[in-house]
Amino acid sequence: MPIIVKNLTHIYMPGTPFESVALQDVNWTVEDGEFWGLIGHTGSGKSTLIQHLNGLLKPTSGEVIIDGVNINERGVNLKEIRQKVGLVFQFPEHQLFEETVEKDVAFGPRNMDLPEEEVNRRVKEALELVGLNYNEIKDRSPFELSGGQMRRVAIAGVLAMKPKVLILDEPTVGLDPKGRDEILREIVKLREEQNITVILVSHSMEDIAKLVDKIAVMHKGRIVDSGTPKEIFKNYQGLISIGLDIPQITHLMLRLKQKGKDVATDVLSVDEAEAEILKVVRGKGRA
Amino acid sequence: MAAEIVAEGVCYQYPQAADMALKDINLRIRKGEFVAIIGPNGSGKSTLAKLFNGLFVPTKGKVTVDGLDTRDRNNIWKIRQKAGMVFQNPDNQIVATMVEEDVAFGPENLGVPPEEIRKRVYEALEIVELTEFAQKPPHLLSGGQKQRVAIAGVIAMRPDYIILDEPTAMLDPVGRKEVINTVKRLNKEEGKTIVLITHFMEEAVQADRVIVMDKGRVVMMGTPREIFSQVEELKAIGLDVPQVTELAHRLRRWGLKVRGDILTIDEMVECLCPLL
Repeated sequence: MPIIVKNLTHIYMPGTPFESVALQDVNWTVEDGEFWGLIGHTGSGKSTLIQHLNGLLKPTSGEVIIDGVNINERGVNLKEIRQKVGLVFQFPEHQLFEETVEKDVAFGPRNMDLPEEEVNRRVKEALELVGLNYNEIKDRSPFELSGGQMRRVAIAGVLAMKPKVLILDEPTVGLDPKGRDEILREIVKLREEQNITVILVSHSMEDIAKLVDKIAVMHKGRIVDSGTPKEIFKNYQGLISIGLDIPQITHLMLRLKQKGKDVATDVLSVDEAEAEILKVVRGKGRA
Repeated sequence: MAAEIVAEGVCYQYPQAADMALKDINLRIRKGEFVAIIGPNGSGKSTLAKLFNGLFVPTKGKVTVDGLDTRDRNNIWKIRQKAGMVFQNPDNQIVATMVEEDVAFGPENLGVPPEEIRKRVYEALEIVELTEFAQKPPHLLSGGQKQRVAIAGVIAMRPDYIILDEPTAMLDPVGRKEVINTVKRLNKEEGKTIVLITHFMEEAVQADRVIVMDKGRVVMMGTPREIFSQVEELKAIGLDVPQVTELAHRLRRWGLKVRGDILTIDEMVECLCPLL
């Protein structure tokens, strides 16, 4: 189910003194099963763009084509699109509302008019996918849970609709390092097991570098660069100039290179840096 | 009168909660210090912060701010004026439709005369480097700028202590740097005592002292170097260390002569250059 964004422009409050261009001529193709990172500073248009991918916002001009269908054409069933393209907002736990975890997660699939048995099966599966024990948690109030657990319940609510594309807007904001790693691990696992397409919006360059296949960089409502993490983080100056950053470890390797040391600079994780430095040290020992 | 915040045998239990959120906390925040508090979600960091300015009072034990006991309700205005708080979400802290009015809100409530308020507002905006935005509506500012407005609002009340509860959690990398640089300036140039609660270890390494909390207790306390060199212990309670600190730790296990208390890129570069 590829997503094609074609010449997409979005203007908020057109024709008023508050008119502002949020997206300008965006072109982007996301193929089946890809894992994309979407980066850009606050106000660069990331949230506006992802809200177009399931029809929450309508383009001022341009098209969003999902599975060959222009989703903004007359007669397109947006409810169906929203089941296929699941969107997890920032702080999704603020949207929990039911008395029990089970009811909350069941809300989406129940609205899809599925048989009750299927709803139950999906609720159980979704909770387990996000690493929660169904039997232990199903009857609890979502409001008694810890922040990390609440967030997982909210994500499970989206997964229970079995989306083919999962879009997550800053899923780890406000979580501690352990909670952050757990959620990210679950996203990776989910993608491997369910073979879904994932788009991750994040300010953490370390997380993006670790996880995704491809990155799209947004600035002032445009996609200004896209490619593999190694390609994107090579352009250090460019990223800094638009208010972004590179992983600390990549920064270290660049500094060593500037000091005239013969090290690779396309290093994105501590594992890679460890291997590279050991290689260079050992090479020098032999020379 | 002692110029410090002191917690002695502090326990805190939320109404209806089964367990204590804080258990026997003993610590001192000295005037002029920059202290970072780190710990997993639910470890009690934010609860502790709210005890420092009397938003919460201890279930057991006591907290004093410059000798004033927070349990005495007659002290509460004095304490709040001495210890200002900045929270995570800038949008929840802004009350006015213009930046300068927002900054004036605190001193107005303290009954400061209008001329004096004007002076304080402009001083505060100068400190956070937002003078040019004085007459702008806050919703047009970036996240980092809004958070600096919130900080200016606190500065205008002339507190000695500024307690910041994850002020950068919702910001992008640029906003985070703006806020942390402002916080450092408040400490170094304005002499404010800073208590910074954060999940970002790169921020905690910039403090004079780091307090680590886990399950309602203080489990470690020391300089950033003393704390972050304990990589395994931090990981065991679900915390992280900066990437360069982690790399140094791993290279040492391979027998490389690298210091174990590396905190910054500069230090790592200096350590690695002779080896490469």
